[in-house]
Amino acid sequence: MTQPASPPRDRTDKVPPTAEPPVWRTLAAHADVRTLSLLGVLAALVVIGGITKPDEFLDTRNLQLVLTQGSVIGVVTVGMTFVITSGGIDLSVGAIVALSSVWATTVATQEYGFAGILFTAVLVGLGCGLVNGLLIAYGGMVPFIATLAMLASARGLALQITDGKTQIVSVEGVLKLGERDAYVLGIPPLVLVFAVVTVIGWLILNRTTFGRRTVAVGGNAEAARLAGIDVRRQRLYLYLLSGLCCGIAAFLLIILSGSGQNTNGNLYELDAIAAAIIGGTLLTGGRGTITGSVLGVLIFTTITNIFALNNLQSDVQQIAKGAIIVAAVLVQRRTASTT
Amino acid sequence: MPEPKRHPSRTPVTSRRGLLFGTAAVSAGALVTSCTSNDTKDEKPASNNQPAADDKPGKHVTIGFAGPQADHGWLNAINDNAKNRAKKYQDVTLEITEGSNDTAAQIGQIETLINKKVDVLVVLPADGKALTQVGLKAMRAGIPVVNLDRIFNSPQAYRCWIGGDNYGMGLSAGRYIGEKLKDKKNARVIELAGLDNLELTKQRTQGFDAALKNYPNIKKVARQAADFTVESGQAKMAQLLQAQPKFDALWNHDDDQGVGALRAIKQAGRDDFLMVGGAGALSAFQAIQADNGVLKATVLYPPTMAASAIDLARALGQGKGIGGLAEFEIPASLTLYSAVVDKDNVGQYMATGFR
Repeated sequence: MTQPASPPRDRTDKVPPTAEPPVWRTLAAHADVRTLSLLGVLAALVVIGGITKPDEFLDTRNLQLVLTQGSVIGVVTVGMTFVITSGGIDLSVGAIVALSSVWATTVATQEYGFAGILFTAVLVGLGCGLVNGLLIAYGGMVPFIATLAMLASARGLALQITDGKTQIVSVEGVLKLGERDAYVLGIPPLVLVFAVVTVIGWLILNRTTFGRRTVAVGGNAEAARLAGIDVRRQRLYLYLLSGLCCGIAAFLLIILSGSGQNTNGNLYELDAIAAAIIGGTLLTGGRGTITGSVLGVLIFTTITNIFALNNLQSDVQQIAKGAIIVAAVLVQRRTASTT
Repeated sequence: MPEPKRHPSRTPVTSRRGLLFGTAAVSAGALVTSCTSNDTKDEKPASNNQPAADDKPGKHVTIGFAGPQADHGWLNAINDNAKNRAKKYQDVTLEITEGSNDTAAQIGQIETLINKKVDVLVVLPADGKALTQVGLKAMRAGIPVVNLDRIFNSPQAYRCWIGGDNYGMGLSAGRYIGEKLKDKKNARVIELAGLDNLELTKQRTQGFDAALKNYPNIKKVARQAADFTVESGQAKMAQLLQAQPKFDALWNHDDDQGVGALRAIKQAGRDDFLMVGGAGALSAFQAIQADNGVLKATVLYPPTMAASAIDLARALGQGKGIGGLAEFEIPASLTLYSAVVDKDNVGQYMATGFR
């Protein structure tokens, strides 16, 4: 979205010449084309799923399932999108989810019931985000290194707390949230949380000064600083935000799996980065889209769902997943560049 | 991107960083010590209480024990079993190393034990093939090696191997399910496997399929692989339940991922089939005993093998055989039976369940 505030120079003859208020229209058209191509990929997947497994795939329960399974990584991806938009990266999201989920399910924490689990998960996420943010913004560390260090230590700490054991949650109120009785008008509570986080994320990125600052820092940090933005404080806030999202995701994961385990959130960092990039967020920063990221997550979960419904084994799944990532990005590039 | 330095009042960058690192370290330390307690009041060590084969004290034996990092409930139980078993014997001293998944680190630890001249070594290698050389080295140095579970490449690298039976696990699960469903027409069975990258997962599946072949009325209709984690168990089970609206039995390779699988089953509101687990976790035993869900049985991959390895190591050190067998020496190889634990015998196994 930081694409220059002047009309695009490469105006090919295919572009309809109707763009009178050029800047906003073309920008909107640009965003829409990206989103539309993602929707196209998703639609193609739905067709494939519908043809191969009509009864099981085209089913309300399956829609609920796909959205539920996507909600944990979805919340993480929203936070990741902000960080990447600002030109940073957060490799520690999976480890933070693991640490939060483990810390929130210790015997000591569970004694405080529902609130204890929720607050611990969120606070641990925020705490890790704070350390990341301080190291990167004020310690001058490269995000890749700082969050890599956090990845290692958070996983280590999670292992130390659990001792390799599976911590089973016995707080009924938490477990119930994952069951069908808790659905609100057919919508699982986890999906509601995912939706709320998405909407808030979208509003912050697109409709607030905070969002514009994030894009500015990612586009050109030095220019942003000269324009009067406190770049360091902005970075600190962004990693805090990512940590917060991890904390929320950890709570969702606790509801879903009914336990805390140090292996939780395995490779979330890669899934979240992949979803954001497929969605159209620039890895170099300066452009980010929450809508795209969420569509990226949905594409991934739908693929997994279709594979599982067709009883394809994990080797085939992995090969095809790689191919689809490449295909999705290529399709998107093409559609985006020809418009 | 270099950060702008706009605060002349601050100390130079290096010490500012130092301060930040210091603060981070201290706060991390404070976080660790507060509120991460995992102690339950009624916790008992996961180990068995049967008497040893030969309880009479004999020559003093120092046993060196090297295992992988206990990042999984089962491996943790392996360590506990070894420690508790060694404590039972007055004539045994156990030298236990810090567990490690790093091959080089584990080799170093075992070499240290060799240099300390322990009498017998018990080794659960992080990677059997990669640690064969150090096993050979110990044997050449005259220290007999008891190879636990993950087998070395060469029989020369160990005096005795003891371990579980993955193929047998599949057989036991398949037989149990087969007997339960043998009178049912067109019975449908599904399998929630472990990590497909591992040889042992393939063996478990082969055993399961072989056992089901004996029952022509039963068909395995779906198989998905999770990766031994609760999270993956929930995710894959949720998909399987959606894919198979109707089936009669489920075998899940691992009780740890079974925690997640059971959540998925509860979340989907399903209870129209029977489930068999694998490995023998405490939570699974408790569910089997309570008998209020789909989980009716589990097939063992017993962590008590570590206790038996200590027994074997002690017998080796004292030059004894196994009580109850005619031979003067302990066997070269012991494959443990994968017993089925169901409601009838679960009480007997409860103490061996791991968390």
